Amino acid sequence: MIWRKTKNYFFITILTLSGIAVLIPLILIIIYVIKMGFSSLNWQFITHLPRPVGESGGGMAHAIVGTLFLVGLGGIFSIPLGIMLGTYLSEFKKDKMAKFLRHTIDLFSGIPSIVIGIFAYILVVIPFKHFSALSGGVALGIIILPIVTRTTEEILKLIPGTTREAGLALGLNRTKIIWHILIKGSRAGIFTGIILATSRAAGETAPLLFTAFGNSYFSFQLMQPMASLPAQIYTYAISPFADWQRQAWAGSFVLIIIVLGLNLSARFFMRQKS
Amino acid sequence: MLESLPCRRMQNRQDLITLWLMRWLAAMIVLLLILLVILLCKLALPAISKFGLGFILSDTWNPITEEFGAFPFIIGTLITSFMALLMAAPLSVSVALFICEICPKQLGRLLGTFVEMIAAVPSIVFGLWGIFSLAPWVQNVVTPFLKNTLGFLPFFQGPSYGIGVLTASLILSIMITPTICTFCREVFNTIPSQTKEAALALGATRFEMIKIAILKPSYSGMIAGIVLGLGRALGETMAVAMVIGNTSRLSLSIFAPGSTMASVIANEYAEASNAIHLASLGYIALLLLAITLIINSFARFIIWKWTPKI
Amino acid sequence: MKMILVLGLWVMSLSLGAVTKINGAGATFPYPIYSKWFSEYHKLKGDIQFNYQSIGSGGGIQQLLQQTVDFGASDAPMSDEDLKKASWPVLHIPTVIGSVAIVYNLDGVPNNLKISSKVLTDIFIGKIVKWNDEALKKLNPQINLPDKDILVVTRADGSGTTAIFTDYLSKISSEWKNKVGNGKTVSWPAGIGGKGNEGVTAVVQKTQGSIGYVELAYALTNKLNIFSLENLDKVFVTPSVEGTSLAAASLSDKEYLGDLRLSLVNASGKQAYPISAFTYILLPVKQNNAENKEVRNFLLWALTKGQQFAPELHYAALPKKLSDSLIKKIKALKD
Repeated sequence: MIWRKTKNYFFITILTLSGIAVLIPLILIIIYVIKMGFSSLNWQFITHLPRPVGESGGGMAHAIVGTLFLVGLGGIFSIPLGIMLGTYLSEFKKDKMAKFLRHTIDLFSGIPSIVIGIFAYILVVIPFKHFSALSGGVALGIIILPIVTRTTEEILKLIPGTTREAGLALGLNRTKIIWHILIKGSRAGIFTGIILATSRAAGETAPLLFTAFGNSYFSFQLMQPMASLPAQIYTYAISPFADWQRQAWAGSFVLIIIVLGLNLSARFFMRQKS
Repeated sequence: MLESLPCRRMQNRQDLITLWLMRWLAAMIVLLLILLVILLCKLALPAISKFGLGFILSDTWNPITEEFGAFPFIIGTLITSFMALLMAAPLSVSVALFICEICPKQLGRLLGTFVEMIAAVPSIVFGLWGIFSLAPWVQNVVTPFLKNTLGFLPFFQGPSYGIGVLTASLILSIMITPTICTFCREVFNTIPSQTKEAALALGATRFEMIKIAILKPSYSGMIAGIVLGLGRALGETMAVAMVIGNTSRLSLSIFAPGSTMASVIANEYAEASNAIHLASLGYIALLLLAITLIINSFARFIIWKWTPKI
Repeated sequence: MKMILVLGLWVMSLSLGAVTKINGAGATFPYPIYSKWFSEYHKLKGDIQFNYQSIGSGGGIQQLLQQTVDFGASDAPMSDEDLKKASWPVLHIPTVIGSVAIVYNLDGVPNNLKISSKVLTDIFIGKIVKWNDEALKKLNPQINLPDKDILVVTRADGSGTTAIFTDYLSKISSEWKNKVGNGKTVSWPAGIGGKGNEGVTAVVQKTQGSIGYVELAYALTNKLNIFSLENLDKVFVTPSVEGTSLAAASLSDKEYLGDLRLSLVNASGKQAYPISAFTYILLPVKQNNAENKEVRNFLLWALTKGQQFAPELHYAALPKKLSDSLIKKIKALKD
């Protein structure tokens, strides 16, 4: 008995210690990044364009706007599509095509983002002979799609079958049930999924390296290259210039605020509803 | 009870349109995946026909003589991912246990949320942190320590740049810990509290309860979480490219620089010097795709086998 | 909400007006001066935006061939094979002359250590691995070199700087030529790779005991230690704008009129720095193309007024003879 008790205390202590030993550094890293970023941030950073190499000052206004534009572009393609496909997976799950689709979506969510970048390059950049915001949007869209599809499916699955039966009993057809009862009823959940998906896409760098490319100016044209926050951070992070490194930290701070802000608001939204 | 809408014997015209529209869209997505594979194959074709399967085992990567082989990158990918897994898997499981079973419920929920937040931090931010904090630490603290204790092994010899295979593995392990931990937490949370109480009621200590009532039934679930973490590590690009040192030379030492499949694509794709170089990068992308798809399918398979038991 | 609207309108107003957008990509070697030029040129002509991405010379050539950019930039001239693949004839327009500095980071050691071409080759081939190697000590007898590993830093991407540097190593060492060769990307026998001149500079800056090769401007603006390198006349020369100019002065008039894909490496001249090179803008000869016309206008400016920015950014301006003949050449292109 004493042996068992000692063993118990021993392992519980080890578990506790290792839990703390992992959690504390993780938390410290995030705090460190946020602290570094916040102290590097200034007003110029969010309102100005980059300066020539080696001159200090300037900012990433164009990249912040670019990231929002690219994520929006990806979302326009893939959010409605993802909702429809998620509905299809949940509501017609016995349909033959649905089985194929489920596997495809699973596979899509596992594709490394760099491979998606190559795909978008071959699909959009080469035929149009232009690095473009469009190709970046396509790449981000492919990243957003499986997440929205899966969350929509999961959310709709939570709706009890009686709700559907009630709809049928009222004489509604299936389309109306899907639209008026199921989707409208789980707006909050689907919205959460959308926010999570876009926050993930906003942080992606690899698929943008050879699609949206980069731009030193504001650009709002689909067929022109466009700057993005992660790609700009990458360029500045590996540079030797102290002011650029400072801006990389500031950029990370803005990016974290965007991503975690979206994430937390999704969570908050979810909790409010449930 | 209906879990979903019945799709047999549909007569309503609107419904048929909806169903066919959805089927059509679904078919498009399936086709998109097929198109992706075909386009990648087409890109890689010159390299496939020139080097064949020998590409996988050849360790020359020389754009001047136009000889290419993926071996250094495959090894780099596997070593960094598995080292990361070795560090992250036991720790993630114990963190998940700590959060679920040991610390008070309220605190546990808070910590759980925090871990999920970390999982959402973009990899470029980890890369930035890796360059400026982790790499100097590895060079000045970890490397001398390992050299003094384990320096007689060939894996811990040679100079350290700070950036290299070890740093890349460390950063990967930090990045996949939240992923595995979150997944394991979900698995542990599915275990009904009666089971745990029953174990305690039979006189089990806390540790025995965790062993019997929690770890045993969630064994395959944990494996699935770990494999998903592996999938994430294999495909990770930016953070690794920033701290691994980018060289195609193979080395026994974990302090030495290396390269992964994803990082070599990120570095060289936009600037490949000739057609066969580009095709070889396409070939690597194809191999990377194949590996991650297999790993992920394996994880899904485990999840699928494990799901009905609950 | 109002804030967002105002911000949106402000952003929109920036994008309005018929702005000609020109995309270029390539060399990181001249990026400091190019970004200065494009920024100055934009101040002169507000309706023209040059978006230049420094992705490496290899990328510049590759993207020009894929036609995804309006002009490319490279320090390594295009090969005949690449020129054949291009959809249009491509003109090589030298813009400035730069030098590749051999830089190092070693505490307690003064700037401008001496290095011979032989020792340099041996370090990059992986034969000399310690800072206190006899060969290095012999060259720097008064200096106390520490017993530390030499950490070699090279380029990870397709790079003109690499092409110039390996061209030099191949010229001075047959062993290098046979074992490694020269090109934009080579299979390095030693070292780690950084991305771009920026990346290599950053790694050297952060790593004790490292040695690397970067464009002079990067070395000077980031205050790295620079080696004095032995030139063809056995004189140890620290890279400078003057030394770079002298390397170009060795060219004959006839060479100025050729297709200009010239190597300045290992030039003769007592004070000439041995690793200097032209950096080129690759101009596709297209007709009836608005962007192409603007690139030509820009080049005319860069070859005249633009040259004055070169020395302060540590590049050497082109010899007058050369820029005059280039201007003639560009003006001769019809729309």
